[in-house]
Amino acid sequence: MAHGTLVRLGSVLLCVAIVVAAIGLASTTVRAAKATLNVYTAVEADDLKKYAARFNEDHPDIEIKWVRDSTGVITAKLLAEKANPQADVIWGLAATSLLVLKPEGLLLPYAPKGLERLDAQFRDKDNPPAWVGMDAWVAALCFNTVEAQKKNLPKPASWKDLTKPVYKGTLVMPNPASSGTGFLDVTSWLQLFGEAEGWKYMDALHQNIGVYTHSGSKPCTMAGAGEYPIGVSFEFRAARQKRQGAPIDIVFPSEGSGWDMEATAIVKGTKNLEAAKTLLDWSVSDKAMKLYNEGYAVVAISKMSKPIEFLPDNMLQHMIKNDFQWAAVNRAKILAEWEKRYGAKSEPKK
Amino acid sequence: MRAFIGVIGLYLVVALALPLGLMLGKSLQGSKDEFVGLANYVRYFSTPALFQSIGNSLWVSILSTAITVPSAFAYAYALTRTRMPLRGLFKTIALVPILVPSLLPGLALVYLFGNQGLIKGLLLGHSIYGPIGIVMAEVFTTFPHALLIILAALALADARLYEAAVALRASPARIFWTVTLPGARYGLISATFVVFTTVITDFGAPKVIGGQYNVLATDVYKQVIGQQNFQMGAVVSVILLMPAIFAFLVDRAVRRRQVALLSARAVVYEPTPKRVLDLAMLAYCTLIGMAILSIVAVSQFAALVKFFPYNLTLTWAHYDFDTKGGGGWASYYNSIRLAFLTAMVGTVIVFVGAYLVEKTRGFALGRALFHFLAMLPMAVPGLVLGLAYIFFFNAPANPLNVLYRTMTILVVNTVVHFYTVGHLTALTALRQMDPEFETVSASLKQPFYRTFWRVTVPVCLPSTLDIAIYMFVNAMTTVSGVVFIYGPRTELASISVLNMDDTGEIASAAAMAMMIFYTNTAARGLHLLLARWLEHRTQAWRRR
Repeated sequence: MAHGTLVRLGSVLLCVAIVVAAIGLASTTVRAAKATLNVYTAVEADDLKKYAARFNEDHPDIEIKWVRDSTGVITAKLLAEKANPQADVIWGLAATSLLVLKPEGLLLPYAPKGLERLDAQFRDKDNPPAWVGMDAWVAALCFNTVEAQKKNLPKPASWKDLTKPVYKGTLVMPNPASSGTGFLDVTSWLQLFGEAEGWKYMDALHQNIGVYTHSGSKPCTMAGAGEYPIGVSFEFRAARQKRQGAPIDIVFPSEGSGWDMEATAIVKGTKNLEAAKTLLDWSVSDKAMKLYNEGYAVVAISKMSKPIEFLPDNMLQHMIKNDFQWAAVNRAKILAEWEKRYGAKSEPKK
Repeated sequence: MRAFIGVIGLYLVVALALPLGLMLGKSLQGSKDEFVGLANYVRYFSTPALFQSIGNSLWVSILSTAITVPSAFAYAYALTRTRMPLRGLFKTIALVPILVPSLLPGLALVYLFGNQGLIKGLLLGHSIYGPIGIVMAEVFTTFPHALLIILAALALADARLYEAAVALRASPARIFWTVTLPGARYGLISATFVVFTTVITDFGAPKVIGGQYNVLATDVYKQVIGQQNFQMGAVVSVILLMPAIFAFLVDRAVRRRQVALLSARAVVYEPTPKRVLDLAMLAYCTLIGMAILSIVAVSQFAALVKFFPYNLTLTWAHYDFDTKGGGGWASYYNSIRLAFLTAMVGTVIVFVGAYLVEKTRGFALGRALFHFLAMLPMAVPGLVLGLAYIFFFNAPANPLNVLYRTMTILVVNTVVHFYTVGHLTALTALRQMDPEFETVSASLKQPFYRTFWRVTVPVCLPSTLDIAIYMFVNAMTTVSGVVFIYGPRTELASISVLNMDDTGEIASAAAMAMMIFYTNTAARGLHLLLARWLEHRTQAWRRR
């Protein structure tokens, strides 16, 4: 068999393969004319398109490439990429996570235009701040009234109520390792009840939990669908579920609700510093505050906050006094302890 | 020719061997890439939360295998050894699970047996979230794979054996145990290993329906995505690789012992009508067929219902993927592009590779090595391959890292992931061709490519088409292979299903999973039409 012809045929076939592959490659890389920002976020997935569109109304020349996942996942991703950061901006990540990233030297301090208008607690303490706040998200219970009636479940009024035996297997809450909402729940209990009592509380709660979910939204959607009657979730998803027709009551437990804030920061080493600054400036603008306020009851310029349908007007009063610094410093330790206690529940509860 | 085997071989080395090697190395490194020996393994085995998953994985895999293989055998028996009516229809129905991602049965089971499930009473108070749900979803997913293997084993039988058995007055039961079953034993063993390996490496079902029941595959995902602990992810991957490679080796050893049952003098067995048996089998197949179809139907129902279970009016709202996160409609189009590219590129590479192994002479060592690399992907779970790709293609020192998170890397990965079955299909087709074609054309001084183009390709066209559709369907449904390497521009429909389920958009997840099903069904239909037309055009020589 002729060596030469074989090689010729081979190269023809390989060319075909390469051309076909190149078409695929080309169509993914062709648009790069305008500035692009890799933005890491834990903003609710159903709002991402809206956030980018609103920003692009004012800045059509900057394209946002979202990388979205739950809070814990995005935090872990940023830490893992520390040596070679892929993100330009973080827009919409828990302050407790940004406080973990800050001492790692991952954030580039920047004072966006209009910084002085933000409430003092909605910004990093340093000057210029390493991060700036957007809005608060607040723990809330989604309580399915239809299922409760069927099962004769009383409406819980407090966190402590949830440990009562009557709620066995009716609860669902997010895993704090992956979910920012789960983490703020855990840290709020540790602050409200003290560390020893807090873990004891969670031991008791664990007995009543049906499943732990990956995201903070899913407990409320599950409660809304009656899959589990009570979801430990947060106010944004609760209000939205109710608007979509879920038969739920939204409960803010009497001890007070844990909360965290969504915040924005520039990642050190970004190659698009100007575009990144533009995004940060915009992220604290009036227009942005109104955008956040469409879902969240409390925004960083708190006097701009308008009440949200189905949520109480006095949201600020439901929020506990939260020590973010403490939560951030102890984040790894708390998650490890949680994982050890509840991570490997081998059999699901009925 | 050496150069040429080298080129495609290089593809397998770069896209398979190097990443895997790097991953093995990673499991021996600390978080700063320093060598730590077996420290990661020691930590793994001293963390009950982690090594518990080995037992869980084995348990659900064994249970699923024990259910799937006998039920697939009975189904295959009905299709091949009885005169049950509607056999063609039942075969088509049984193959439906191939067309859907393994996440879909998990979603459907929530609607069927979840706490608000339509028929949850059947579970007698047990929770679907956990081993029960996983096993049910896995049986659904693996059933057609087991069925196809056992069908092949039962398809041909020597009628003389049965005549002899009847003449010796053996009872039907005795004939079954002494003639039928032994004749299919290699098929059964093969099916057992395929099912076991598929279940233990599957990630979709336990992710959706597993609840708090940890298995190895979800552990890899949790370590890598949830905690970005790549070293521990590599350790779990290596552990996950063990049973898969073990099953693969045993299967190969068994196949080697297999001898042709059907000699030239055999008389093909034709089943005769047996009223009772046929009716019983019809009832059995109807039951299984209904179970399969109801999984798919429930998913479609869930995708269309406004607010399950309280408002059952119909709506298209859940198809508004762009407002649900998880990649939107763009991810669906990405999937189609990936499937199409994988089918085109993959078929060319696989077929040419198989041709080189089978039809060329000389360079035996190179060809043997190539064949080994081509067989290897069968034993490598998708998650493991994906993780290996992170290590290999995301390394700053690797000049190929520009490919990371592009469509190209997804194509490269998917072709390798599904390489083996394509390779075996091509080999089988090529082996049917007498090597004298090459000898004759050489002696007629015909250039080699003319033989390839005028004879080999046309003869093997139906098989290349089979490879293409296989690649297409799997590229549409795969989650495990691509979940670690997709990027913000290359989200896929299957990944979208996963992410929407994670955020609680279960109805939209079901809607997207059904889009994958319809796309694959359409592709299958097109494939059948094309195959028929091609057979007409190029396979006339098969008819006399």
